[in-house]
Amino acid sequence: MADEKEREEIIVAEFHKKIKEAFEVFDHESNNTVDVREIGTIVRSLGCCPSEGELHDLIAEVEEEEPTGYIRYEKFLPVMTKVLLEKRYRPVSEDVILRAFEVLDPAKRGFLTKEELIKYMTEEGEPFSQEEMEEMLSAAIDPESNVIHYKDYITMMVVDDN
Amino acid sequence: MGSGTSTQHHFAFQNAEKAFKAAALIQRWYRRYMARLEMRRRCTWSIFQSIEYAGQQDQVKLHDFFTYLVDHFTPSSHSERDFLNRMFTEERVPQDSQLEECGDYESIEVPASYTGPRLSFPLLPDHATALVEAFRLKQQLHARYVLNLLYETKKHLVQLPNIIRVSTCYNEEITVCGDLHGQLDDLIFIFYKNGLPSPERAYVFNGDFVDRGQYSVEILMVLFAFMLVYPKEFHLNRGNHEDHMVNLRYGFTKEVMHKYKIHGKKILRTLRDVFRWLPLATLVDEKVLILHGGVSDTTDLELLAKLDRHKVVSTLRYKTRKESEKEKQAEEKRKDNQTSTAEIPTPWFLPQSRSLPSSPLRLSSDKAHKAGRSSSIPISVHLDRKELSRQVRRSVDLELEQCRLQAGFAEVREKKELSPFTSETDSEAGELLEPTQEEWRQVVDILWSDPMVQEGCKANTVRGGGCYFGPDVTEQLLQKYNLQFLIRSHECKPEGYEFCHNRKVLTIFSASNYYEIGSNRGAYVKLGPALMPHIVQYQTNKATHTLTMRQRISRVEESALRALREKLFAHSSDLLGEFKKHDADKTGLISLSDWAAAVECVLRLGLPWRVLRPQLVNSSTDNVLDYKSWLEDLAKKQLSRENIQSSLLETLYRNRYDLETIFRIIDSDHSGFISLDEFRQTWKLFSSHMNVDVTDDCIYDLARSIDFNKDGQIDINEFLEAFRLVEQSCSEGDGADCPASHKH
Repeated sequence: MADEKEREEIIVAEFHKKIKEAFEVFDHESNNTVDVREIGTIVRSLGCCPSEGELHDLIAEVEEEEPTGYIRYEKFLPVMTKVLLEKRYRPVSEDVILRAFEVLDPAKRGFLTKEELIKYMTEEGEPFSQEEMEEMLSAAIDPESNVIHYKDYITMMVVDDN
Repeated sequence: MGSGTSTQHHFAFQNAEKAFKAAALIQRWYRRYMARLEMRRRCTWSIFQSIEYAGQQDQVKLHDFFTYLVDHFTPSSHSERDFLNRMFTEERVPQDSQLEECGDYESIEVPASYTGPRLSFPLLPDHATALVEAFRLKQQLHARYVLNLLYETKKHLVQLPNIIRVSTCYNEEITVCGDLHGQLDDLIFIFYKNGLPSPERAYVFNGDFVDRGQYSVEILMVLFAFMLVYPKEFHLNRGNHEDHMVNLRYGFTKEVMHKYKIHGKKILRTLRDVFRWLPLATLVDEKVLILHGGVSDTTDLELLAKLDRHKVVSTLRYKTRKESEKEKQAEEKRKDNQTSTAEIPTPWFLPQSRSLPSSPLRLSSDKAHKAGRSSSIPISVHLDRKELSRQVRRSVDLELEQCRLQAGFAEVREKKELSPFTSETDSEAGELLEPTQEEWRQVVDILWSDPMVQEGCKANTVRGGGCYFGPDVTEQLLQKYNLQFLIRSHECKPEGYEFCHNRKVLTIFSASNYYEIGSNRGAYVKLGPALMPHIVQYQTNKATHTLTMRQRISRVEESALRALREKLFAHSSDLLGEFKKHDADKTGLISLSDWAAAVECVLRLGLPWRVLRPQLVNSSTDNVLDYKSWLEDLAKKQLSRENIQSSLLETLYRNRYDLETIFRIIDSDHSGFISLDEFRQTWKLFSSHMNVDVTDDCIYDLARSIDFNKDGQIDINEFLEAFRLVEQSCSEGDGADCPASHKH
């Protein structure tokens, strides 16, 4: 029992250090606050993969009662620690992403056209902004055929990430 | 109708739901990827910045070293005395009896084979334009024209006030550009995109034209040429890099000597003069103040307008222990009368003295000054040149005089020693007054300070000079002088510009891709009607346009990581020591958490090590690391010479920029060579100060192994090459003409 508790304390201590580091990268004013718009980046860089909706809920938890546009570290730390302990918002494996693409490609061609990708990404799910869409296209599109070979795309992203 | 249709609907609905979910999954996954990319980008930026500022701190430490040297070092032999003599006196004393005139360019002949641009004075707009074009075609201006242009430039600058006042008519535009740092491509781009300077198109260039980039000389030529052609519309402010001491370290001196092997020295001396005559600030319509660094809570524009700016030759100098003692005494006296103000640094910067710092060669007849020194050097020492000794004595006395004056002691003049400098034609001949400490501080503040978010004003310890000033300081200044806002440069920004202090301060930085290709945009600002700022951004490297963001970030990141690995390697021994502290059981393993703590403890860069860890440590299992083999891997990547003792190498490597600076000072004739002996002496002095434990034999072996052709001389460039330090003029693998350079 005591051992388990000790182990958890060590884990929590390590989480705290990680969270602090990630937070400080965006704490431009060195006053233990970050712009609320950077919370998503921080959370995701800590290994989590929340949806936009889940992110909004999280922000609501760490915001001040009167939202200031800034999130304080003191509020963020305990909430984020819990997220990490509970292993919330775990990312899915590449196979799942592959299958997701395949759902959008019922004819099993192995690719999506530019128009199709745009349509799905900007009209379905949690739609992309125009900026997000352009950025994805710039990397994903095969300029010669104007299509996205999603299997290759996934592989490239995964390699890059590691 | 019927069940068929509803099944269809059902399927349709299910499919729609699936598509929705699939899209959501993909978006979620993609957004996470982008977030991690953004994190990497910010970390990369932090790496570059922290290394850059750490380098500046090193420069300050280097000057501390010189101070230490003069205060404590006892030369034990003739040769060591010689050596120090050369280090400290060469800069001040004219060579031989031929006193170098600024205008001594007429004797330089331009060979008929010269195909570069030619200048004739007075300059016409066409000349200036032709110069830009010639440089774009990578031609080089002949030394004669360089010197001629510098001579004319100085003549012009001398007439200018410290703070230039500019007024705009309703439809006249004025463009302000920030740091260029030798990046000619950016200057050419600005002129291309915004238009060449003209009576209708005014420009202000806000300092830091030189150092780091490869084309500092060319940039200066262009800027000076346009200033002469359009004196009313083209303005330059001095930056902290318009300073020969800073240039020694950051590449401009090297560039000049490389491009002008015969006349480089003359050019450098002339430039020293030109730099100190550059105006300190520009004021547009009495409303917008443009200066290089920033302000402090004691910035006094009236004082700045009145002082003799050319007395501030360099904002860095040697400060002697004597002076600091005298200062302390004076300070104590004044403490009764004044309440202390905000912490503003005093240790590093004192009024520039034309004379020597306390030198072992002090031949003053004032015996009191020998008290602090353990060496007493007989006057009959090797000095053949009586002229030298007389000038040394004179200049030393000057310095003593100044110290006394500052300390508030009664003036004691030895009139016969203070006769006018009739033999010198240098422009400050006969000037016995130095800038006061207050004047000094004012100039340092406006050239070195940075804005901060918090209120107040505190010492800028990161840079080692100037201060950090808060929004309240800005507001106070703007109100005091009835100004609208401040434009400054001095700091690299990812977008090339940044507003702060409630949009009252604008940072403008014009060197794009400053740290590395793809690292940042450059920008310039146009002040339109009612002085509204309009920013234009750019990035001058075609390569970046074809890369995706992911690729751009990867490139820059790799460059940052390389720099970081070098730093880690340079601290191998310290790291090993620190790792061992976390490994009490001597297993050879430490946790990754301990790794992060140890690294920060040693390097002190304030970087997010846990975030960076995956990029720096690739051989860890179960969250533990075999630290010895990790250090070995680091070493393998850096070492190129196996026959040199690796710890010595590591120490040299870590201090290489300091060494390079010292070398260039020793190499007083800028030949690029120093003797083995000088090298050993340098190293000995340096290592004793830095508490580096290296035996004499070791140094001797090292020196001999670097003397590649065994002629008793070390080619500085060869030495630096041994550590792969020489800046490469083209980055690896980039075919196109890219003047990308690696920064210190």
